[in-house]
Amino acid sequence: MRWLRWLGLLIVALLVLAFVWLWLAGGRQPVPRSASKVSAATLADPVLIARGKYLATVGDCAGCHTAQGGQRYAGGRVLATPFGDIPAPNITPDEQTGLGAWSFEDFWQALHAGKGRHGELLYPAFPYTSYTRVTHDDALAMFAWLQSLPPVHQPDRAPSLAFPYSVRNSLKAWRALYFRAGEFKADPTKSATWNRGAYLVQGLGHCNECHAARDAFGGTPRNTQLAGGQIPMQHWYAPDLSSASNGGLEGWSAQDIVDLLKTGQSARGAAFGPMAAVVSGSTQYMTDADLHAVAIYLQSLPARPPPPSATPLFDAGPLLDRGNKVYAHHCADCHGDHGEGVAGVYPSLGGNSSVTEPTGINATRMVLLGGFAPVTAANQRPYSMPPFAQTLSDDDVAAVVSYIRRSWGNHGSVVLPGQVRQLRHTPID
Amino acid sequence: MPQLNAAVGLSPCLRAFYNDRMNPNVSTRAARSFAVALLGCAMGIGTASRATEVPHIPDTLQQRIAACTSCHGVHGQGLPRSGYFPRLAGKPAGYLVRQMQDFQNGLRKYAPMEYTVRQLPLAYMREIAEYFAAQQVPYQRSPVPNVSAATLQRGNELIEKGDAARRIPPCSSCHGRQLTGVQPSTPGLVGLPYDYISAQLGSWRTHTRATVAPDCMATVANRLAPSDITAVAVALATRELPADIHPQPAGSVKPPLPCGVLGATS
Repeated sequence: MRWLRWLGLLIVALLVLAFVWLWLAGGRQPVPRSASKVSAATLADPVLIARGKYLATVGDCAGCHTAQGGQRYAGGRVLATPFGDIPAPNITPDEQTGLGAWSFEDFWQALHAGKGRHGELLYPAFPYTSYTRVTHDDALAMFAWLQSLPPVHQPDRAPSLAFPYSVRNSLKAWRALYFRAGEFKADPTKSATWNRGAYLVQGLGHCNECHAARDAFGGTPRNTQLAGGQIPMQHWYAPDLSSASNGGLEGWSAQDIVDLLKTGQSARGAAFGPMAAVVSGSTQYMTDADLHAVAIYLQSLPARPPPPSATPLFDAGPLLDRGNKVYAHHCADCHGDHGEGVAGVYPSLGGNSSVTEPTGINATRMVLLGGFAPVTAANQRPYSMPPFAQTLSDDDVAAVVSYIRRSWGNHGSVVLPGQVRQLRHTPID
Repeated sequence: MPQLNAAVGLSPCLRAFYNDRMNPNVSTRAARSFAVALLGCAMGIGTASRATEVPHIPDTLQQRIAACTSCHGVHGQGLPRSGYFPRLAGKPAGYLVRQMQDFQNGLRKYAPMEYTVRQLPLAYMREIAEYFAAQQVPYQRSPVPNVSAATLQRGNELIEKGDAARRIPPCSSCHGRQLTGVQPSTPGLVGLPYDYISAQLGSWRTHTRATVAPDCMATVANRLAPSDITAVAVALATRELPADIHPQPAGSVKPPLPCGVLGATS
């Protein structure tokens, strides 16, 4: 039984090694500004700063790095995750509380490698899984822009995470599974437009951070790229972005995609929930050429397998009949008797990916919350939808959402009153 | 049938809402059919069957803000069935814009309002506020709890004289002699539902309602005794409405406390 003892020792040794690997900090000395390869004069270049501003807008940095009612880029917005709350830090150039002491080398290390100034591993709530695709030149421009902002003195709040996630080095295991550092590499077999779109979508746009399902460890496995998923904690469903057959955007033209990102609405649907904020804070400012590139890239995503049959296991007839009545009374006057909508005003509901997404969450929450279409330069006085949370019972909401999910060519699953009850009490953020 | 007159000119969508809320005792379907017929007659067109009807959406602000009017009423008259959806009609536009900004900034906490106004630009909020500020519709009375005469008297004292011992200024010293508000940023208090007033005074004390500092109303609300909240809310909700319900002109009161909403700095 000697071999057994050796085996035991080997296992213990491996465990110790794994422990050491996980827990030993991979420290790093910050690069002082005086030692930086990037001069202050370079960072002060107005052309570079202007480009950085555009890129930071494409990346929607302010979306997370600005608290409700807070100063832009001064941090403080809390990103809730299943593992705990992670407040976004202050990225204005304040010496004590922001990036005022950071060199470009430090910034690159964060954006590209997901590591803080002292080498500490950053939580992937900061989507370096996507930002690692950003080129060195673009990162430099964004750094120049951020350094040109007025400094705001606002100390960062510490994350409040449960053990073991509170130990940053536990991210070593996570990174081994889900993170590969590397700038975007153009595919020479594809057009320049496609490559630009791929770069924007995979990199700064960080679309995959929402539009892919996350697994139990909060990672997005490689085979789920842009295939849609429920956004953890926010309880919205970010749809599949493929416009090929069975895709979430099946039938969308490149122009439909451009319209939605630029104006907040298209002939095929409107942005709402978290995407409304993305459109009004970020994509509406993208150049037509970049929007077109994004659309061309998204249109190249592959077809998806047909969804499993959504035929209910019970007789849904009475539910749908009730839904039909609720629809006729509360919805048809704006969305039309056949869900056709009104062009440019109220979205059509037939073939609308927000209606037919796999979970029914989006349509249910839209009915409960209502709200304005995204505010964009093209739509500064948007129309709105009444919230029905105060008017309709859980049974009525379930009925009408089920009805629109199974009418006019839609084949979504039915939604039950219990699901509505849960979503009725979901926080808005 | 004043509600039908008011409903003419709205899209069918709003009309259905309007009738639902304003006319709970009449079958909404019947009221709506009648309203559709009336509108059709007025416009000299036949009443086309629903099956072929293409939604006609008027390009009006009223239509655009269905998200507001479904709770606050097409004319901002509030929802008498529930005291928690306050009247907006006739309130100073500056006050209404400030409230939307406070919801945007998280100073005032109420998830459905925060969600609804979160990304509206200032120009649009001003337009919406001016729409409601310009509405003139009769006040509706909401239920109030039965309280003792002493409580009611205490409430009226607070309104007119305040309580010097607790350093509570009278409501009328800021909100106008007749409590109809003061331009541009001080809301009227008469005619508001009991539920709404007492809930708001509570919100100031629990920091779910605040505004730009110095927040004078928070100071006052925190000086009230809990029983004062009931007293003043009942007294305000039952008070006779003055003949002229317009806000007083700007500068016609001298507030006893520095107020950020009136331009004071802390």
